[in-house]
Amino acid sequence: MTEQSNGEIDLNSLSDEDLVKQMMDDLYDGLKDEVMEGVRILLAREWEPYRVLTDSLMEGMRIVGIDFRDGILFVPEVLLSANAMKGGMEILRPLLAETGAPKSGKMVIGTVKGDIHDIGKNLVIMMMEGAGYEVIDLGINNPVENYLAAIEEHKPDILGMSALLTTTMPYMKVVIDTLTEKEIRDDVIVLVGGAPLNEEFAKAIGADAYCRDAAVAVDTANELVARRHNRAAG
Amino acid sequence: MDAALESSPSAASRGDEGRSVLVLACGALAGELLELRRANGWDYMALRCLPAKLHNTPRRIPDLLRGILAEEGARGWGRIFIAYADCGMGAALEPVLKEYGVERLPGAHCYAFFRGVETFEDEHARDPTCFYLTDFLARHFDSLIWRGMGIAEHPELRDTYFGNYTRLVFLTQTADDALKARAREAAARLGLEYEERHTGLGAFERVLAPHLSGMTAAEKVTADE
Repeated sequence: MTEQSNGEIDLNSLSDEDLVKQMMDDLYDGLKDEVMEGVRILLAREWEPYRVLTDSLMEGMRIVGIDFRDGILFVPEVLLSANAMKGGMEILRPLLAETGAPKSGKMVIGTVKGDIHDIGKNLVIMMMEGAGYEVIDLGINNPVENYLAAIEEHKPDILGMSALLTTTMPYMKVVIDTLTEKEIRDDVIVLVGGAPLNEEFAKAIGADAYCRDAAVAVDTANELVARRHNRAAG
Repeated sequence: MDAALESSPSAASRGDEGRSVLVLACGALAGELLELRRANGWDYMALRCLPAKLHNTPRRIPDLLRGILAEEGARGWGRIFIAYADCGMGAALEPVLKEYGVERLPGAHCYAFFRGVETFEDEHARDPTCFYLTDFLARHFDSLIWRGMGIAEHPELRDTYFGNYTRLVFLTQTADDALKARAREAAARLGLEYEERHTGLGAFERVLAPHLSGMTAAEKVTADE
Protein backbone atom coordinates (compact mmCIF):
# COMPACT_ATOMS: atom_id res chain seq x y z
CA MET A 1 0.00 0.00 0.00
CA THR A 2 1.77 3.16 -1.13
CA GLU A 3 -1.07 5.64 -1.42
CA GLN A 4 -2.57 7.25 1.65
CA SER A 5 -6.24 8.14 2.06
CA ASN A 6 -5.51 11.74 1.08
CA GLY A 7 -4.04 10.55 -2.24
CA GLU A 8 -0.46 11.29 -1.29
CA ILE A 9 2.20 8.65 -1.65
CA ASP A 10 3.59 7.22 1.58
CA LEU A 11 7.32 7.47 0.85
CA ASN A 12 8.15 5.19 3.77
CA SER A 13 6.31 2.31 2.17
CA LEU A 14 8.35 2.42 -1.07
CA SER A 15 11.29 0.16 -1.82
CA ASP A 16 14.65 1.91 -2.11
CA GLU A 17 14.49 1.78 -5.88
CA ASP A 18 10.95 3.18 -6.06
CA LEU A 19 11.73 5.80 -3.43
CA VAL A 20 14.68 7.11 -5.43
CA LYS A 21 12.52 7.25 -8.55
CA GLN A 22 9.82 9.07 -6.61
CA MET A 23 12.38 11.51 -5.20
CA MET A 24 13.58 12.30 -8.70
CA ASP A 25 9.96 12.94 -9.74
CA ASP A 26 9.46 15.16 -6.67
CA LEU A 27 12.66 17.03 -7.43
CA TYR A 28 11.49 17.53 -11.02
CA ASP A 29 8.21 18.91 -9.69
CA GLY A 30 9.98 21.18 -7.20
CA LEU A 31 8.47 19.52 -4.11
CA LYS A 32 10.98 20.52 -1.47
CA ASP A 33 9.30 18.95 1.59
CA GLU A 34 8.89 15.61 -0.16
CA VAL A 35 12.51 15.59 -1.33
CA MET A 36 13.70 16.36 2.19
CA GLU A 37 11.53 13.58 3.56
CA GLY A 38 12.96 11.15 1.00
CA VAL A 39 16.50 12.11 2.00
CA ARG A 40 15.71 11.46 5.67
CA ILE A 41 14.16 8.07 4.86
CA LEU A 42 17.18 6.92 2.83
CA LEU A 43 19.53 8.05 5.60
CA ALA A 44 17.40 6.16 8.12
CA ARG A 45 17.81 3.10 5.88
CA GLU A 46 21.54 3.58 6.37
CA TRP A 47 22.36 4.85 2.92
CA GLU A 48 25.66 6.72 2.80
CA PRO A 49 24.98 10.47 2.46
CA TYR A 50 27.13 10.55 -0.67
CA ARG A 51 25.01 7.82 -2.27
CA VAL A 52 21.79 9.68 -1.41
CA LEU A 53 23.22 12.78 -3.01
CA THR A 54 24.48 11.21 -6.21
CA ASP A 55 21.75 8.62 -6.86
CA SER A 56 18.73 10.79 -6.12
CA LEU A 57 19.44 14.53 -6.03
CA MET A 58 22.24 14.87 -8.57
CA GLU A 59 20.63 12.40 -10.96
CA GLY A 60 17.31 14.21 -10.58
CA MET A 61 18.91 17.58 -11.30
CA ARG A 62 20.73 16.10 -14.29
CA ILE A 63 17.34 15.25 -15.82
CA VAL A 64 16.01 18.73 -14.95
CA GLY A 65 19.06 20.20 -16.69
CA ILE A 66 18.49 18.14 -19.84
CA ASP A 67 14.82 19.13 -20.02
CA PHE A 68 15.72 22.79 -19.50
CA ARG A 69 18.25 22.57 -22.32
CA ASP A 70 15.63 20.95 -24.55
CA GLY A 71 13.04 23.63 -23.82
CA ILE A 72 10.72 21.29 -21.89
CA LEU A 73 11.27 23.09 -18.59
CA PHE A 74 11.66 26.83 -18.13
CA VAL A 75 13.41 28.99 -15.57
CA PRO A 76 10.65 29.00 -12.89
CA GLU A 77 10.44 25.19 -12.89
CA VAL A 78 14.23 24.84 -12.73
CA LEU A 79 14.36 27.25 -9.78
CA LEU A 80 11.74 25.24 -7.93
CA SER A 81 13.69 22.03 -8.57
CA ALA A 82 16.85 23.74 -7.38
CA ASN A 83 15.05 24.88 -4.26
CA ALA A 84 13.98 21.29 -3.59
CA MET A 85 17.55 20.09 -4.06
CA LYS A 86 18.75 22.84 -1.75
CA GLY A 87 16.45 21.43 0.93
CA GLY A 88 18.02 17.99 0.51
CA MET A 89 21.51 19.45 0.50
CA GLU A 90 20.87 21.24 3.80
CA ILE A 91 20.38 17.84 5.42
CA LEU A 92 23.26 16.16 3.61
CA ARG A 93 25.97 18.85 3.72
CA PRO A 94 27.09 18.33 7.35
CA LEU A 95 26.86 14.55 6.96
CA LEU A 96 28.95 14.58 3.80
CA ALA A 97 31.73 16.36 5.66
CA GLU A 98 31.53 13.91 8.58
CA THR A 99 31.54 10.79 6.43
CA GLY A 100 34.49 11.82 4.30
CA ALA A 101 32.69 12.00 0.97
CA PRO A 102 35.05 12.30 -2.01
CA LYS A 103 36.47 15.81 -2.56
CA SER A 104 36.74 16.90 -6.16
CA GLY A 105 38.45 20.26 -5.74
CA LYS A 106 37.93 23.86 -4.74
CA MET A 107 36.21 26.66 -6.66
CA VAL A 108 35.94 30.41 -6.18
CA ILE A 109 32.98 31.88 -8.06
CA GLY A 110 31.33 35.28 -8.40
CA THR A 111 29.25 37.49 -10.69
CA VAL A 112 31.39 40.20 -12.29
CA LYS A 113 31.44 43.92 -11.54
CA GLY A 114 28.33 45.83 -12.62
CA ASP A 115 26.18 42.73 -12.64
CA ILE A 116 23.82 41.67 -9.87
CA HIS A 117 22.40 38.52 -11.46
CA ASP A 118 23.09 35.34 -9.56
CA ILE A 119 20.48 32.75 -10.46
CA GLY A 120 22.78 30.85 -12.83
CA LYS A 121 25.75 31.22 -10.52
CA ASN A 122 23.75 29.83 -7.60
CA LEU A 123 22.68 26.83 -9.68
CA VAL A 124 26.32 26.19 -10.58
CA ILE A 125 27.32 26.41 -6.90
CA MET A 126 24.67 23.90 -5.92
CA MET A 127 25.66 21.42 -8.63
CA MET A 128 29.37 21.84 -7.96
CA GLU A 129 28.85 21.23 -4.25
CA GLY A 130 26.78 18.20 -5.14
CA ALA A 131 29.69 16.96 -7.26
CA GLY A 132 32.04 17.22 -4.29
CA TYR A 133 33.60 20.65 -4.80
CA GLU A 134 34.20 23.10 -2.02
CA VAL A 135 32.79 26.36 -3.34
CA ILE A 136 33.59 29.86 -2.11
CA ASP A 137 30.84 32.21 -3.27
CA LEU A 138 31.91 35.82 -3.78
CA GLY A 139 28.35 36.91 -4.52
CA ILE A 140 27.52 39.64 -7.05
CA ASN A 141 29.10 42.79 -8.50
CA ASN A 142 32.73 41.74 -7.98
CA PRO A 143 35.66 43.94 -8.99
CA VAL A 144 38.88 42.19 -9.95
CA GLU A 145 40.32 42.81 -6.48
CA ASN A 146 37.76 40.45 -4.94
CA TYR A 147 38.78 37.62 -7.26
CA LEU A 148 42.48 38.22 -6.60
CA ALA A 149 42.00 38.26 -2.83
CA ALA A 150 39.94 35.06 -2.91
CA ILE A 151 42.49 33.27 -5.09
CA GLU A 152 45.27 34.24 -2.71
CA GLU A 153 43.28 33.21 0.36
CA HIS A 154 41.68 29.99 -0.83
CA LYS A 155 44.09 28.72 -3.52
CA PRO A 156 41.24 27.28 -5.62
CA ASP A 157 41.57 24.86 -8.53
CA ILE A 158 38.89 26.75 -10.40
CA LEU A 159 37.84 30.37 -10.80
CA GLY A 160 34.26 30.77 -12.02
CA MET A 161 32.85 34.02 -13.39
CA SER A 162 29.27 34.73 -14.32
CA ALA A 163 27.56 37.59 -16.21
CA LEU A 164 24.05 38.03 -17.56
CA LEU A 165 24.53 41.31 -19.39
CA THR A 166 26.28 42.03 -22.66
CA THR A 167 27.58 45.18 -21.01
CA THR A 168 29.21 43.36 -18.10
CA MET A 169 30.60 40.24 -19.76
CA PRO A 170 33.69 42.07 -21.12
CA TYR A 171 34.77 42.54 -17.49
CA MET A 172 35.72 38.86 -17.45
CA LYS A 173 38.59 39.75 -19.75
CA VAL A 174 39.73 42.42 -17.30
CA VAL A 175 39.95 39.75 -14.60
CA ILE A 176 41.78 37.24 -16.82
CA ASP A 177 44.21 39.88 -18.09
CA THR A 178 44.95 40.85 -14.49
CA LEU A 179 45.65 37.22 -13.59
CA THR A 180 48.06 37.09 -16.51
CA GLU A 181 49.77 40.34 -15.46
CA LYS A 182 50.17 38.98 -11.94
CA GLU A 183 51.55 35.73 -13.39
CA ILE A 184 48.92 33.60 -11.68
CA ARG A 185 46.78 32.81 -14.71
CA ASP A 186 48.09 29.25 -14.90
CA ASP A 187 47.39 28.62 -11.23
CA VAL A 188 43.64 28.36 -11.82
CA ILE A 189 41.24 26.89 -14.32
CA VAL A 190 38.98 29.72 -15.48
CA LEU A 191 35.39 28.78 -16.28
CA VAL A 192 32.90 31.37 -17.50
CA GLY A 193 29.14 31.29 -17.95
CA GLY A 194 26.00 33.36 -18.39
CA ALA A 195 23.23 33.80 -20.94
CA PRO A 196 24.98 36.20 -23.36
CA LEU A 197 28.24 34.22 -23.51
CA ASN A 198 29.33 31.53 -25.92
CA GLU A 199 32.40 29.38 -26.58
CA GLU A 200 33.84 31.87 -29.01
CA PHE A 201 33.72 34.63 -26.40
CA ALA A 202 35.32 32.40 -23.75
CA LYS A 203 38.15 31.58 -26.13
CA ALA A 204 38.62 35.21 -27.13
CA ILE A 205 39.03 36.41 -23.55
CA GLY A 206 41.40 33.59 -22.61
CA ALA A 207 39.12 31.49 -20.38
CA ASP A 208 39.65 27.74 -20.23
CA ALA A 209 36.03 26.96 -21.02
CA TYR A 210 32.52 28.28 -21.44
CA CYS A 211 29.85 26.39 -19.50
CA ARG A 212 26.38 26.76 -20.95
CA ASP A 213 24.67 25.40 -17.84
CA ALA A 214 25.31 24.03 -14.36
CA ALA A 215 25.56 20.40 -15.45
CA VAL A 216 28.09 21.30 -18.12
CA ALA A 217 30.03 23.27 -15.50
CA VAL A 218 30.37 20.12 -13.39
CA ASP A 219 31.44 17.95 -16.34
CA THR A 220 33.90 20.57 -17.56
CA ALA A 221 35.34 21.09 -14.08
CA ASN A 222 35.81 17.35 -13.58
CA GLU A 223 37.54 16.98 -16.92
CA LEU A 224 39.87 19.97 -16.54
CA VAL A 225 40.74 19.23 -12.91
CA ALA A 226 41.58 15.60 -13.81
CA ARG A 227 43.71 16.78 -16.74
CA ARG A 228 45.52 19.20 -14.46
CA HIS A 229 46.22 16.49 -11.88
CA ASN A 230 47.49 14.15 -14.59
CA ARG A 231 49.79 16.86 -15.90
CA ALA A 232 51.09 17.54 -12.40
CA ALA A 233 51.63 13.81 -11.82
CA GLY A 234 53.35 13.40 -15.20
CA MET B 1 -0.86 40.64 -26.81
CA ASP B 2 0.36 37.16 -27.61
CA ALA B 3 -1.00 36.90 -31.11
CA ALA B 4 1.33 37.73 -33.95
CA LEU B 5 0.41 41.18 -35.20
CA GLU B 6 0.66 42.36 -38.75
CA SER B 7 0.14 45.80 -40.15
CA SER B 8 0.45 46.45 -43.87
CA PRO B 9 1.91 49.68 -45.14
CA SER B 10 -0.90 51.97 -46.09
CA ALA B 11 0.79 53.55 -49.11
CA ALA B 12 2.41 50.41 -50.48
CA SER B 13 -0.18 47.68 -50.64
CA ARG B 14 0.48 43.95 -50.87
CA GLY B 15 2.19 43.18 -54.14
CA ASP B 16 4.10 46.44 -53.90
CA GLU B 17 6.58 45.24 -51.28
CA GLY B 18 9.64 46.36 -53.24
CA ARG B 19 8.90 49.94 -52.25
CA SER B 20 8.34 49.14 -48.61
CA VAL B 21 10.22 48.42 -45.43
CA LEU B 22 9.12 45.45 -43.36
CA VAL B 23 9.83 45.80 -39.65
CA LEU B 24 9.91 42.49 -37.78
CA ALA B 25 9.42 43.43 -34.17
CA CYS B 26 8.84 42.31 -30.64
CA GLY B 27 5.13 42.60 -29.84
CA ALA B 28 6.10 44.82 -26.91
CA LEU B 29 7.04 47.52 -29.42
CA ALA B 30 4.00 47.34 -31.68
CA GLY B 31 2.18 50.35 -30.22
CA GLU B 32 5.25 52.56 -30.27
CA LEU B 33 6.19 51.54 -33.83
CA LEU B 34 2.70 52.28 -35.13
CA GLU B 35 2.75 55.64 -33.35
CA LEU B 36 6.11 56.52 -34.93
CA ARG B 37 4.83 55.43 -38.36
CA ARG B 38 1.87 57.75 -37.96
CA ALA B 39 3.89 60.66 -36.60
CA ASN B 40 6.63 60.44 -39.23
CA GLY B 41 4.50 59.53 -42.22
CA TRP B 42 6.41 56.28 -42.71
CA ASP B 43 3.51 54.98 -44.76
CA TYR B 44 5.76 52.54 -46.56
CA MET B 45 6.50 50.72 -43.31
CA ALA B 46 4.89 47.33 -42.76
CA LEU B 47 4.98 45.72 -39.35
CA ARG B 48 4.98 42.09 -38.31
CA CYS B 49 5.34 41.23 -34.64
CA LEU B 50 6.28 38.17 -32.66
CA PRO B 51 4.52 37.54 -29.35
CA ALA B 52 5.86 39.72 -26.55
CA LYS B 53 5.81 36.79 -24.14
CA LEU B 54 8.98 35.58 -25.87
CA HIS B 55 10.58 38.09 -23.47
CA ASN B 56 10.67 35.23 -20.99
CA THR B 57 12.18 32.68 -23.39
CA PRO B 58 14.45 34.81 -25.60
CA ARG B 59 16.52 31.86 -26.83
CA ARG B 60 13.54 30.88 -29.00
CA ILE B 61 13.53 34.18 -30.88
CA PRO B 62 16.43 33.69 -33.36
CA ASP B 63 14.97 30.53 -34.89
CA LEU B 64 11.52 32.06 -35.13
CA LEU B 65 12.94 35.13 -36.83
CA ARG B 66 15.00 32.97 -39.18
CA GLY B 67 11.79 31.23 -40.31
CA ILE B 68 9.98 34.53 -40.84
CA LEU B 69 12.96 36.03 -42.69
CA ALA B 70 13.00 33.06 -45.05
CA GLU B 71 9.29 33.53 -45.70
CA GLU B 72 9.31 37.31 -45.99
CA GLY B 73 12.59 37.41 -47.89
CA ALA B 74 10.88 35.70 -50.80
CA ARG B 75 8.32 38.49 -51.02
CA GLY B 76 10.82 41.05 -52.21
CA TRP B 77 10.56 43.77 -49.59
CA GLY B 78 12.69 46.82 -50.31
CA ARG B 79 14.27 46.28 -46.93
CA ILE B 80 13.67 44.29 -43.77
CA PHE B 81 14.63 45.63 -40.35
CA ILE B 82 14.60 43.75 -37.05
CA ALA B 83 13.13 45.73 -34.15
CA TYR B 84 14.78 43.68 -31.44
CA ALA B 85 17.81 44.54 -29.36
CA ASP B 86 19.84 41.62 -28.01
CA CYS B 87 16.99 41.10 -25.54
CA GLY B 88 18.65 38.23 -23.68
CA MET B 89 19.38 36.23 -26.84
CA GLY B 90 23.05 36.14 -25.97
CA ALA B 91 24.18 37.31 -29.41
CA ALA B 92 22.39 34.30 -30.95
CA LEU B 93 20.54 36.66 -33.29
CA GLU B 94 23.76 37.92 -34.89
CA PRO B 95 24.32 34.94 -37.25
CA VAL B 96 20.70 35.22 -38.40
CA LEU B 97 21.17 38.91 -39.17
CA LYS B 98 24.34 38.13 -41.09
CA GLU B 99 22.71 35.30 -43.00
CA TYR B 100 19.91 37.55 -44.23
CA GLY B 101 21.87 40.80 -44.44
CA VAL B 102 19.55 42.65 -42.08
CA GLU B 103 20.13 44.90 -39.08
CA ARG B 104 18.64 45.15 -35.59
CA LEU B 105 18.18 47.83 -32.96
CA PRO B 106 21.24 48.74 -30.91
CA GLY B 107 21.81 47.84 -27.28
CA ALA B 108 20.98 45.05 -24.92
CA HIS B 109 17.30 45.74 -24.26
CA CYS B 110 14.36 47.97 -25.16
CA TYR B 111 15.14 49.93 -21.99
CA ALA B 112 18.40 51.01 -23.62
CA PHE B 113 17.03 52.30 -26.91
CA PHE B 114 14.03 53.98 -25.28
CA ARG B 115 16.35 55.83 -22.93
CA GLY B 116 19.17 56.25 -25.45
CA VAL B 117 21.82 53.53 -25.37
CA GLU B 118 24.67 55.63 -23.99
CA THR B 119 22.55 57.33 -21.33
CA PHE B 120 21.07 54.01 -20.27
CA GLU B 121 24.45 52.30 -20.04
CA ASP B 122 25.89 55.19 -18.00
CA GLU B 123 22.96 55.13 -15.61
CA HIS B 124 23.05 51.37 -15.32
CA ALA B 125 26.78 51.35 -14.65
CA ARG B 126 26.24 53.85 -11.82
CA ASP B 127 23.51 51.70 -10.29
CA PRO B 128 23.15 48.13 -11.55
CA THR B 129 20.45 47.33 -8.97
CA CYS B 130 17.59 48.86 -10.99
CA PHE B 131 14.85 46.80 -12.59
CA TYR B 132 13.16 48.55 -15.52
CA LEU B 133 9.63 48.71 -16.85
CA THR B 134 8.44 50.35 -20.05
CA ASP B 135 4.84 51.37 -20.79
CA PHE B 136 4.22 47.96 -22.30
CA LEU B 137 5.74 46.07 -19.39
CA ALA B 138 3.83 48.18 -16.88
CA ARG B 139 0.61 47.42 -18.75
CA HIS B 140 1.36 43.69 -18.89
CA PHE B 141 3.28 43.30 -15.63
CA ASP B 142 0.82 40.75 -14.35
CA SER B 143 0.88 38.40 -17.32
CA LEU B 144 4.53 38.75 -18.35
CA ILE B 145 6.27 39.10 -15.01
CA TRP B 146 4.08 38.22 -12.05
CA ARG B 147 2.47 35.17 -13.66
CA GLY B 148 4.89 34.72 -16.56
CA MET B 149 7.85 34.22 -14.26
CA GLY B 150 5.89 31.96 -11.94
CA ILE B 151 5.78 34.36 -8.97
CA ALA B 152 1.99 34.33 -8.63
CA GLU B 153 1.99 30.57 -8.15
CA HIS B 154 5.25 30.39 -6.21
CA PRO B 155 5.75 33.62 -4.23
CA GLU B 156 9.08 32.31 -2.92
CA LEU B 157 10.50 32.91 -6.40
CA ARG B 158 10.09 36.68 -6.03
CA ASP B 159 13.23 37.11 -3.99
CA THR B 160 15.13 34.58 -6.07
CA TYR B 161 14.56 36.84 -9.09
CA PHE B 162 14.52 40.25 -7.48
CA GLY B 163 16.41 39.90 -4.20
CA ASN B 164 19.45 41.79 -5.51
CA TYR B 165 17.46 44.70 -6.96
CA THR B 166 16.73 47.82 -4.94
CA ARG B 167 14.63 49.99 -7.29
CA LEU B 168 12.05 49.67 -10.01
CA VAL B 169 12.60 52.40 -12.60
CA PHE B 170 9.60 53.08 -14.81
CA LEU B 171 10.84 54.37 -18.17
CA THR B 172 7.70 56.09 -19.38
CA GLN B 173 6.96 56.59 -23.04
CA THR B 174 3.62 58.37 -22.61
CA ALA B 175 3.65 59.59 -18.97
CA ASP B 176 0.22 58.01 -18.62
CA ASP B 177 -1.07 58.31 -15.04
CA ALA B 178 -2.84 54.96 -15.05
CA LEU B 179 0.36 53.21 -16.13
CA LYS B 180 2.33 55.08 -13.48
CA ALA B 181 -0.08 53.75 -10.88
CA ARG B 182 0.41 50.22 -12.22
CA ALA B 183 4.18 50.58 -12.20
CA ARG B 184 4.12 51.94 -8.66
CA GLU B 185 2.01 48.96 -7.57
CA ALA B 186 4.40 46.59 -9.37
CA ALA B 187 7.31 48.07 -7.42
CA ALA B 188 5.45 47.51 -4.16
CA ARG B 189 4.68 43.89 -5.09
CA LEU B 190 8.33 43.26 -5.91
CA GLY B 191 9.45 44.96 -2.70
CA LEU B 192 11.39 47.66 -4.58
CA GLU B 193 11.63 51.42 -4.33
CA TYR B 194 9.94 53.29 -7.17
CA GLU B 195 11.30 55.87 -9.59
CA GLU B 196 10.13 57.35 -12.89
CA ARG B 197 12.20 58.56 -15.83
CA HIS B 198 10.39 59.91 -18.86
CA THR B 199 11.85 58.81 -22.19
CA GLY B 200 9.10 59.62 -24.69
CA LEU B 201 9.78 58.10 -28.12
CA GLY B 202 12.53 60.48 -29.21
CA ALA B 203 15.53 58.22 -28.66
CA PHE B 204 13.71 55.25 -30.22
CA GLU B 205 12.77 57.40 -33.22
CA ARG B 206 16.38 58.50 -33.67
CA VAL B 207 17.70 54.93 -33.86
CA LEU B 208 14.89 53.82 -36.16
CA ALA B 209 14.88 56.73 -38.58
CA PRO B 210 18.06 55.83 -40.51
CA HIS B 211 16.64 52.38 -41.18
CA LEU B 212 13.32 53.71 -42.39
CA SER B 213 13.65 57.21 -43.74
CA GLY B 214 16.40 56.29 -46.23
CA MET B 215 13.71 54.46 -48.16
CA THR B 216 12.06 57.68 -49.18
CA ALA B 217 15.20 58.86 -50.94
CA ALA B 218 17.46 56.58 -52.95
CA GLU B 219 15.70 53.23 -52.76
CA LYS B 220 12.23 54.54 -53.42
CA VAL B 221 13.47 56.47 -56.46
CA THR B 222 15.09 53.30 -57.75
CA ALA B 223 11.89 51.42 -57.18
CA ASP B 224 9.95 54.08 -59.07
CA GLU B 225 12.26 53.99 -62.05
